[in-house]
Amino acid sequence: MRVIDVSDLGRTFRSRSGLRRTEKVVEAVRGISFQVERGELFGLLGPNGAGKTTTIKMLITLLLPTSGRIEVLGHDVVAKPREVRRRVGYVFGGDRGLYERLSGLDNLRYFAELYAVPAREQRARIGELLELVGLTGRERERVEGYSRGMRQRLHIARGLLHRPEVLFLDEPSIGIDPVGARELRQTVKALIEQGTTVLLTTHYMFEADELCDRIAVLAGGRIVAEGTPEQLKQKVSLGSVVEVEVFGLPGGTDERIRALPGVRSLVVEERGPAQVLLVHAEPGSELTQPVLSALDGAQVGRVSTRQPTLEDAYVELVGGA
Amino acid sequence: MTVFRVIGVAWWLQLKMRSRSAFDGLLGILYPLFFSTVVFMMFTHGGAQGPALLSAAVGASVMGVWSSTSTTASAALQQERRQGTLELLVAAPTPLPVVILPVTLSMATIGAYSLVVTLLWGRFVFGVDLAVQRPVQFVVAAVVTVVSIGVLGFLLAVSSVRYRTAWALGTALEMPVWLICGFLVPLDLLPAWTRPISWLLAPTWGIDAIRAAAEGRDTLPSLAACLGLAVAYGVIGSLLAVRLVDAARRHATLALT
Repeated sequence: MRVIDVSDLGRTFRSRSGLRRTEKVVEAVRGISFQVERGELFGLLGPNGAGKTTTIKMLITLLLPTSGRIEVLGHDVVAKPREVRRRVGYVFGGDRGLYERLSGLDNLRYFAELYAVPAREQRARIGELLELVGLTGRERERVEGYSRGMRQRLHIARGLLHRPEVLFLDEPSIGIDPVGARELRQTVKALIEQGTTVLLTTHYMFEADELCDRIAVLAGGRIVAEGTPEQLKQKVSLGSVVEVEVFGLPGGTDERIRALPGVRSLVVEERGPAQVLLVHAEPGSELTQPVLSALDGAQVGRVSTRQPTLEDAYVELVGGA
Repeated sequence: MTVFRVIGVAWWLQLKMRSRSAFDGLLGILYPLFFSTVVFMMFTHGGAQGPALLSAAVGASVMGVWSSTSTTASAALQQERRQGTLELLVAAPTPLPVVILPVTLSMATIGAYSLVVTLLWGRFVFGVDLAVQRPVQFVVAAVVTVVSIGVLGFLLAVSSVRYRTAWALGTALEMPVWLICGFLVPLDLLPAWTRPISWLLAPTWGIDAIRAAAEGRDTLPSLAACLGLAVAYGVIGSLLAVRLVDAARRHATLALT
């Protein structure tokens, strides 16, 4: 059964600034379409500014679309926002979104009221969620004293108070430590096993790879690829990736490398004092020597050749958009 | 019942939150004392005595309730926006007016402290004779006035949902309302054209009802007008909130950026 149905969705932001009130128009989302089935974990991947958060905010009724149509659980988000709000949950990453001067317990009590959790069930439900997110025993402390990981767990508990059928997670693991992120992934897996549909946005490829049934890659407000993690990897799985660490990349080198026969794509990443060239080769092409020659005497560090990962697929898809 | 429960719980938690800042708490205690000291000194040096001084005490006390609510009501939603909770409040299925009303009522409740403390300050420091003729009506009128100021704060706060800079509205209205509602200066001394504006403001009727109870006059007409205006503010605010939330969703002003 289809739980989320997005068709030809667009969102434009207009703002005016300066004495002349010059209008600035930004097309954040440009005609995207996708569907999510019940019980599925669907990932939205994309760089900053790709339109992920804007899309989620339209799905949870916080923004009106400029064009297109969204149905969540059979309800149009523009015409029936309250029907949608009753049945979806929203969790975002970061420090904000909590009442610092209240305890974790009071934060949950407040939102339990706003989400119409019946009074007689509130105590048990809050206790259950505190247990689930590992905050039992700390719930009476003020949130201002919580660590980032604890805040994130409290966010998740808040998002689950009313047992939502669909949960929207907007970069939930941002800024939390690896152990916390692993626990978060376990929690998300448990929710999926219980039948909750989840739409997740993340920057972490391994997280998307481990959790998502299907992924849509967004870039510049458009979906540039959609499929299972395996299908996305296959898009770039033919041919190897040459990784070259360079200290001081000479000007014009990237154009020279892109012009080499057998080069499918080139991405340059800044890593501290070095630049790392990720050269994706066409099948059967051996590029290590030609790339080193094209570096024109620059100081070279580590050189390696490997098979493509989901991250390579993502970088190539986003870079090519 | 659910709506009243939401308002009750939210009012209590908002009150809890606002009473936990030591700095705000200190200002909240001292601010009404400064107000009332200035007023009492002005009136006693001007030779005011008896009922005139009691009337000034009542005016100064309601000034504190209004100032506490007006300056913070609009800023409260900007604060929610800044801490990222405004979007969560809008994303909840509870209608936004039911969420905002307890926020401003909690501020008016804090303001009610200034009502009590001003009267006590006047009594024990400036020797104001608090000879209230109808004590029960006096308390009822004070409660209705506090609630009506809370609902007027709600009407101001609603505009902050759509406009990020609307928080300044409350501050801009703080002092004009002192004057136009006759907190300290009798309305008869103001130009005639200001009269209709005064009549549309619930605190005008609220303070008149409190003064009437103190002097032993009939409180019912002023009390009814105050209550009626509070209901009208509530209805207008609720209708406005629906439109402004839609406008905020269209113009993307629920978040800070």
